[in-house]
Amino acid sequence: MSAGCLKRGAALAALFFCLCAAARAASIEARVAACWTCHGANGQSVQKEVPSLGGQPEFFLLTQLFLFREGRRGGPMIELARGFSDDDLREFSARLAKLPPPQPAPGKPDPARIGRAQALLKKVHCPVCHNPDFSGREQMPRLASQREDYLLKSMREFKSGRRIGYGAAMTQELDGLSDQDLQDLAHFLAHVPPSGSAAR
Amino acid sequence: MRKDETLRIAKLAVAALAVVGFVAPQLSAAQDKKAEKKEEVPFWAIGMPKNAVAEKMAPVPAFPIPTAADKLPIKKIKLPKGFKVEVWASNILDARGMRQGDKGTVFVSSLFVAGKIYAVTDKGGKREVKTIAEKLFLPNGIEFYKGALYVATPKDITRYDNIEANLDNPPKPVMVYDKLPGQVPHGWKFIKVGPDGKLYFPIGAPCNICLPGAEYAQIYRMNLDGSGVESVVQGMRNTVGFDWHPKTKELWFGDNQRDWLAEDMPIDELNHVTKKGQNFGFPYCHSGLMTDPDYGWGKSCKDYVKPALLIGPHAAPLGMRFYTGKMFPKKYHNAIFLTRHGPWNRTQKYAADVVAVFIDAKGHARMEPFLTGLVENNQYLGRPADVMVMKDGSLLVSDDHNGAIYRVSYGR
Repeated sequence: MSAGCLKRGAALAALFFCLCAAARAASIEARVAACWTCHGANGQSVQKEVPSLGGQPEFFLLTQLFLFREGRRGGPMIELARGFSDDDLREFSARLAKLPPPQPAPGKPDPARIGRAQALLKKVHCPVCHNPDFSGREQMPRLASQREDYLLKSMREFKSGRRIGYGAAMTQELDGLSDQDLQDLAHFLAHVPPSGSAAR
Repeated sequence: MRKDETLRIAKLAVAALAVVGFVAPQLSAAQDKKAEKKEEVPFWAIGMPKNAVAEKMAPVPAFPIPTAADKLPIKKIKLPKGFKVEVWASNILDARGMRQGDKGTVFVSSLFVAGKIYAVTDKGGKREVKTIAEKLFLPNGIEFYKGALYVATPKDITRYDNIEANLDNPPKPVMVYDKLPGQVPHGWKFIKVGPDGKLYFPIGAPCNICLPGAEYAQIYRMNLDGSGVESVVQGMRNTVGFDWHPKTKELWFGDNQRDWLAEDMPIDELNHVTKKGQNFGFPYCHSGLMTDPDYGWGKSCKDYVKPALLIGPHAAPLGMRFYTGKMFPKKYHNAIFLTRHGPWNRTQKYAADVVAVFIDAKGHARMEPFLTGLVENNQYLGRPADVMVMKDGSLLVSDDHNGAIYRVSYGR
């Protein structure tokens, strides 16, 4: 994540305190626009290690906003979500869930890495929870066309136990995978188009 | 075990064997080699289901906001005749384990969703909920003993002294034991002080199915100062509830069996420990019925202690307690109330209930439904996670799905 984005995040945090405290009635459209600063217009991210928000299941968004509010996921989002009410969580997750899915990473995928990831996917359980087209459902995020660097960062955090998530599943599933495996999976998933036609 | 039940389970076992394409193990050099090779395969490579229905399963999450008191499924709950249920406390996100202090405070633990410890006190018939610790690492295990609250995470066990006098300003916890492995899978605890005055705690298997390292898959006990750690039970996968029979003082524990084997296998266990060091079979034998398709080669279920009771496929036994109150009818005295959280690794959801387990003089166990009604349209309306006998003999039941505690009473 760039220093500029972090700075903007901190400034936004201050702004949000004002917004939350003084102008709670501000419309969700006005409030959600602040998200684009880091997550890109309409939630399609162009920032390193900042996830795209589009096409995510509403319940997943709710669980993550909750974890940020409780100070249990790292990064500038903790400041931004601090002071959110339960209703704020519901409103933001409902609104963000309407964003269109992100587009696949530009450029041609590396066939060798795609091949290794596809072989891995015959064994790991990813599609069982995240759907065969990686569109996500309930508390399980959409993985298709997510930023490769963010997917890799997330998986590394789960595997090392630094990120616990909303259950034990991810830590358990990634146990036994090598860092090269995680890199291959991230590369593959970043290139799965929204239709999911490239899945498996 | 009754004859018809034995027959039913035998049929289930045969069906399960057919499903996984299991062939009776024969010892040969070639197979030994195969088993050896298999052990190197990581657990996630094993037992991947091959049909679309199975591929729609996932852990069932609790909502991150507790259910409002007036929206709780209290009217859906069914109990045997003469019993009634009420909402005892609400707005306790992820309410799991429960223990009562000497002065009446009910301490409540939580797991992934909340990571908090709560204290619930009675203020003129109304319950007041306070958070006394937060941002803890999977703090499922709690125990109250001689004025102190013990809290167990996958990493360590700590103690909050004289806690009931300091609910508004809890003391800094004292470290009791900090040498737990700290693994996320099955690292969370259920802890309890036994009749011998020692603190019992499990270290679960660090995986779904694997050959666990030397310290895993066991129940241990230690002195209250953290000294004298010793293993009591072996071959245990993941216990989240145990208690001692009030008369025999013997240990009974629930054990959550492996995932991804089949819809109806394995069957979760209630086990009865009659000797220190007994082995209950993980990862070689499941439910006392079948050897594991990957790790069971060359092993026999005869070599492990059989479950005292099979409580249902993927049923997920959590908290349990022997009933030591006087309020309930005689038949429940010294019976076990056992929560079944309900399966996630099964397409047909069921359980999410409390069963009563009756044990006869020979140690034979049978179970009956007790608190039911929380499964509708293949979905959970609530999920019992622990039970606790109150001083008046009523039974508290925590529901981590809704973040609430119910109270079951009898008569009057």
